[in-house]
Amino acid sequence: MTYTKRFDGRKFDEMREIEAKVGVIPRADGSAYFAFGDTKAIAAVYGPRPLHPVFLQNPEKGIIRVYYDMLSFSVNERKKPGPARRSMEISYVTKKALEPIINLSAFPNTVTDVFINVIQANASTRCAGINAASMALAQAGIPMTDLVGAVSVGFVGGAIATDVIKEEEDYEEDGEKMVSDIAMAFLLRSQKLSLLQLDGKIDSENLKKAIEAAKKACAKIYEVQKKALKETK
Amino acid sequence: MEISELTKRRILDYLEKGKRFDGRSPLEYRDISIELDYSKNAEGSARVKVGDTEVVAGVKLSVGKPYTDSPNSGVLVTTTELSPMASERFEPGPPAIFSVELARIVDRGIRESGFIDFEKLSVKEGELVWMINLDIYPINDGGNLIDVSAIAAVAALSEAVLPKLEGDKVLFGELTTKKLPLTDKMPLSLTFYKIGKHFVLDPTTEEEDASEARLTLAISTDKKEDFINALQKGGEDPFTIEETNTIIDNAFKMHKKLKELFNKEMKKK
Repeated sequence: MTYTKRFDGRKFDEMREIEAKVGVIPRADGSAYFAFGDTKAIAAVYGPRPLHPVFLQNPEKGIIRVYYDMLSFSVNERKKPGPARRSMEISYVTKKALEPIINLSAFPNTVTDVFINVIQANASTRCAGINAASMALAQAGIPMTDLVGAVSVGFVGGAIATDVIKEEEDYEEDGEKMVSDIAMAFLLRSQKLSLLQLDGKIDSENLKKAIEAAKKACAKIYEVQKKALKETK
Repeated sequence: MEISELTKRRILDYLEKGKRFDGRSPLEYRDISIELDYSKNAEGSARVKVGDTEVVAGVKLSVGKPYTDSPNSGVLVTTTELSPMASERFEPGPPAIFSVELARIVDRGIRESGFIDFEKLSVKEGELVWMINLDIYPINDGGNLIDVSAIAAVAALSEAVLPKLEGDKVLFGELTTKKLPLTDKMPLSLTFYKIGKHFVLDPTTEEEDASEARLTLAISTDKKEDFINALQKGGEDPFTIEETNTIIDNAFKMHKKLKELFNKEMKKK
C-alpha cells in the first residue's frame, strides 16, 4: 500500500462533509440539494404528468425520465452547454439506480421527469445527483418503497477510500495511474445495489471490501436524507 | 398563455387600484439576494434570488485568437440554458427562442455599456486575447427571468479573476490576483410588462402570463449620466408613443433604485 494518508486528511472510511436540503426549487413538484464537500448537485422532479408523444406511453404504469447534466462552469475547463455522451450515460445509469424504488402503477400513461444539475464538481457528481434525486422524488410524493443512497469508493494506491476527490481519482505512482473508481448506489432499506460502475484495475477481494465500505457510507447518507426530508415544511 | 380569464381580470382589477396580489406596488421589486462565488471552479460566479426566481451565472475564461476586425479586443460569448429544471414549461433539447433572446438581451447590455474593458483583454496583439464565456442558468422560474439574469451576469463578471497563463495555455484552477478589467459603467436591465393599460416591473409568472407585451431597457451610468444600451420589445401588442415615453421615464427612475439595491447587496460581501 502506497497511499497511506489522504490528500485532505480524512480517514479512509470518512466521507466529506455532507449537506442536504429539500425544496430548493419551489416551482418543481419536488427538489433537493446534495453536496459532498465541494461537489454540489441539485435535482428537480416534475410529474407524474401527461406524456407526449402518445406512443411513448405505458398503459400499465407511469415511466420516469432522467436528465443529468453539469453547469458549464462547474468544472475547471469549461464544459460545452448541453448533454454529451458522458451526461447521457450518467442519465441512463441514474435512471436505473432510481427505478427500483419507485412505483408508478397508479399513474399509467404518465411521465415523471427528474432533472439533475451539477453546480460544482470535485468527483462523485453522479452519486451526489442520485442522492439529490432520491430526496426530490420523495418530496414530490412519488410512491416509493425505499430511498437510494450513492457514494463513490476508490481503490487508491492499494487503499480503500470512501468518497474520493479529484486528486485521488488522478492518483499516480511512477507515472502509472493506480486508481479504481467505483460508483455505487444502495437501496437503503433492502440493502440492494442499484448502481455499480467501475473503471480502473482491482482484485476481487478489494472490490468486495469496497462494496462493504459503500454500504457503510450509504447508511449514513440515508440518515442525512431522512433528516432533510423531515425538516421540509 | 396558461392563465384563466378570471385570474387575468382579477390582476387587472387589482392594478386599477394600484395593487398586486403579493401586496407590491406596480413598479416595486421583490427582495434581492446575491451569493457570490457560488460555483468555485468558475473564475467568477453568482447566485441571485429575486423573490422565488433564482438564476445562477458563471464566468469561464480562456485564451484564443481575436477576431480580425478587432485584433486587440477580448471576446465575450453569452449563453443561457433554460433548463427544464426551472419550469414545467421548459423542455429538454435545442435552445428555445426565448433562451436565445434572453442571452442576447443580456449580452447587448453588457457589450454596449462598455462595462467590460475589452482592450485590456489583449494578451499578445493580434494573436492572443482573453475569451469570456458567460453562461446563465435559470434554476427556478418565478418570473422576470430577463432582469434577474442580467443581475446574475453582472454580479458574476464583477467577481471574475483571471487565471494564470503559461504561454498560450491557461492553468485552470490557479488564479492570479488580477480581476477581469471592468469599468463603472455597469448595466442593469428593467423589463416593463404591459397588463391592460398598466405597467409592472419584476412580474411573477402569473403576471407575465396576463401581460400582452413587454419592453426591456438595459441602462448604465457614464459620468453620472444614465444611458440606454439595449432595448427589446417582446410580446404581442404594439406600444403607443405615449406608452413608450412613460416606460422610458419610469425606467430611468427605477434604474436608480435597482442600482442602489444591487450595490447594497454587493457591499455586504
